[in-house]
Amino acid sequence: MPREKIEIPGQIDHLSILDKDGNLDKDLEPALPDDLLLKLYRTMVLGREFDARQLSLQRQGRIGTFPPITGQEAAHLGPAAVLRDSDWLVPSFRETVAELWRGRTIESILLANNGYNEGAEMKPGMNMMPISVPVGSQVIHAVGIAWAMKYRGTDDLAMVFFGDGATSEGDFHEGINMAGVYDAPVIFVCQNNHWAISIPRSKQTRSKTIAQKAIAYGIAGIQVDGNDILATYAAAREAAERARSGGGPTLIECVTYRLRMHTTADDPKRYRTDEEVQGWEKQDPLLRYQKYLKAKGLLSDEEIVSISDAIKADIADAVKRAEERMKEIGDPGDAMSMFNHAYAEMHPYLKEQKDRLAAELKETAKEGDNG
Amino acid sequence: MGKMNMVEAINLALKQEMEKDGDVIVLGEDVGVDGGVFRVTEGLLDAYGEERVIDTPLAESMIAGASVGMAIHGLKPVCEIQFSGFSYISFHQMEAHAARYRARTQGRFGIQMVLRCPYGGGVRALEHHSESREAYYAHTPGLKTVIPSGPRKARALLVSAIRDPDPVIFYEPKAAYRAFREEVPEDEETFPIGESEIVREGKDITFITYGAMLQRTLDAADTLQEEDGVEAEVIDLLTVSPMDDQKFTESVRKTGHVVIVHEAHRSFGPGAEMAARLVEKSFLYLEAPIRRVTGYDVVIPLYQREKDYIPDVKRILHGARETLEF
Ligand SMILES: Cc1ncc(C[n+]2csc(CCOP(=O)(O)OP(=O)(O)O)c2C)c(N)n1
Ligand SMILES: [Mg+2]
Repeated sequence: MPREKIEIPGQIDHLSILDKDGNLDKDLEPALPDDLLLKLYRTMVLGREFDARQLSLQRQGRIGTFPPITGQEAAHLGPAAVLRDSDWLVPSFRETVAELWRGRTIESILLANNGYNEGAEMKPGMNMMPISVPVGSQVIHAVGIAWAMKYRGTDDLAMVFFGDGATSEGDFHEGINMAGVYDAPVIFVCQNNHWAISIPRSKQTRSKTIAQKAIAYGIAGIQVDGNDILATYAAAREAAERARSGGGPTLIECVTYRLRMHTTADDPKRYRTDEEVQGWEKQDPLLRYQKYLKAKGLLSDEEIVSISDAIKADIADAVKRAEERMKEIGDPGDAMSMFNHAYAEMHPYLKEQKDRLAAELKETAKEGDNG
Repeated sequence: MGKMNMVEAINLALKQEMEKDGDVIVLGEDVGVDGGVFRVTEGLLDAYGEERVIDTPLAESMIAGASVGMAIHGLKPVCEIQFSGFSYISFHQMEAHAARYRARTQGRFGIQMVLRCPYGGGVRALEHHSESREAYYAHTPGLKTVIPSGPRKARALLVSAIRDPDPVIFYEPKAAYRAFREEVPEDEETFPIGESEIVREGKDITFITYGAMLQRTLDAADTLQEEDGVEAEVIDLLTVSPMDDQKFTESVRKTGHVVIVHEAHRSFGPGAEMAARLVEKSFLYLEAPIRRVTGYDVVIPLYQREKDYIPDVKRILHGARETLEF
């Protein structure tokens, strides 16, 4: 038989538990405790409100450019919520809600988004990487972290996030391939929000789904409705069980939508229509989840308002604290600090450069006194 | 043509070269529908269509490598890497192939391509959007590295780069993109790659600089004139590599004092090469140690502290007065 069909192992499911109108598929409902359900809700609201607040701060010039996440809360919070403290989260730059869930503070995000290096400070013991700006590059780090976990004999895992655009980068393919070859405990989560700045998903790959790329690398893959937090949670929980029990990596494609601009420097009107955006606004992950919680008797209309008000007040306090900290650091800040973390130990020529700048600044300050 | 900023001037160069030569192709992330994140390629898709203005998938190694292939087959790709901070992903293709094909094939395949990218500080952006690491490219034999300082030169140099038979890295100082306007002639204008230019004449001290540092160096030169009565000569390098050392050699032989200004890191930066050439060719003419006013040997801080990293007029003046008082 010179030519016959090869049976390729693997198939790709699409998982949806709360449909576009928030109606529940009872059979698929993950049995999550009420307090977890509500904590997820509050964190989603926090993400949504914080996004809105940052947008207004940006417009007032109180912070710089940042990437909004509105519409993608469920796509990245659901997966992150299955992690244990000892697991690692490796974000790209559009997982603000997952970062908040893991304990990153609003203040630190504001500091980072206003150009202070202090914004990247991580609490010791927090198993999370800082955001990674070079698209796709962080994917491989998760594989290395997972390798170390396996080597140490733990059943921890690493979860890495990236966008649909990132799947065009070599780093994505190199990482997923390596993890597949050695069964590394990694969960690869793609937030397919349909756009990479102005480039639509259809111009990133000819593949019908991103999830199916898992088949090529011989690992498990699934596509989920990324605006359905029950589905993103359930898919990630399944992947986590697989990873912890030695079953290897999983690629999860969360199909979602970036409702706002790429970053505040971007103008989406140049490349997409209002109708497209409005279509996705109707599939808002937050509204769907509210409907579910209300049907379960866990949330009332009054609580929706009171929760949102309380969160807005928390954000306002955090903004105040962040701006106090910025003042404390000083604008433009202590220039000398840029030398501090260049190496574990400062080399002599760098010390020379630092001393020279210090002397120059002192001189300038003196001139200022005289004049 | 009237007054243009650098974005408009580069756009003009692209338009005119595409109009003139059907082999010129533009490719990169967001260069088509969006017109580039800085709008440098605005209008090109409408004018020349999808086969010549390609919105690529998000993959810098592919962008550079596909450009190499196009060049081998006789096209003249002008690819855009969205920010120089992401050009290291394409660096492999530039170093391993673009820079070497001519030598590897004993002259059969020259790689006539331009890799454009915005570089340098000044846009209040996230990490990786502010570096000035032209030395990586300048250190690679086979590549040419060009850095314009204003709209008119940017237009003329880009035309020359597109026509140059060798691969050219075209670093665009994003701080200068919209900083000021200049008269840019409608008629074709080129400027030779590999030549620097004296932009201000003087007899007492020589400044050598390029890119976004030119304007502040000129400001410092004016201040020296006003406050110290010193006449400074200012040289705009324009091509970092291959470096034109003739003009600055002559200048320093005249002035005896020299200050090199760049945003790039200090150690192994372009200034180190200039200093070496000066010592080689003008040692006996130097009346004071060569001064470098540069970025430091640290990762450029986020934007709140960026201005402490990037040389400013004060630091330039400080360096100049030190060498003059030596
Ligand atoms: C390697 C690299 N190339 C280009 C950029 C500029 N850039 C930032 S985000 C982005 C699009 C990313 O799209 P996607 O991966 O879908 O993530 P999303 O922004 O949609 O969350 C681009 C091109 C970058 N940060 N890194
Ligand atoms: Mg995307």
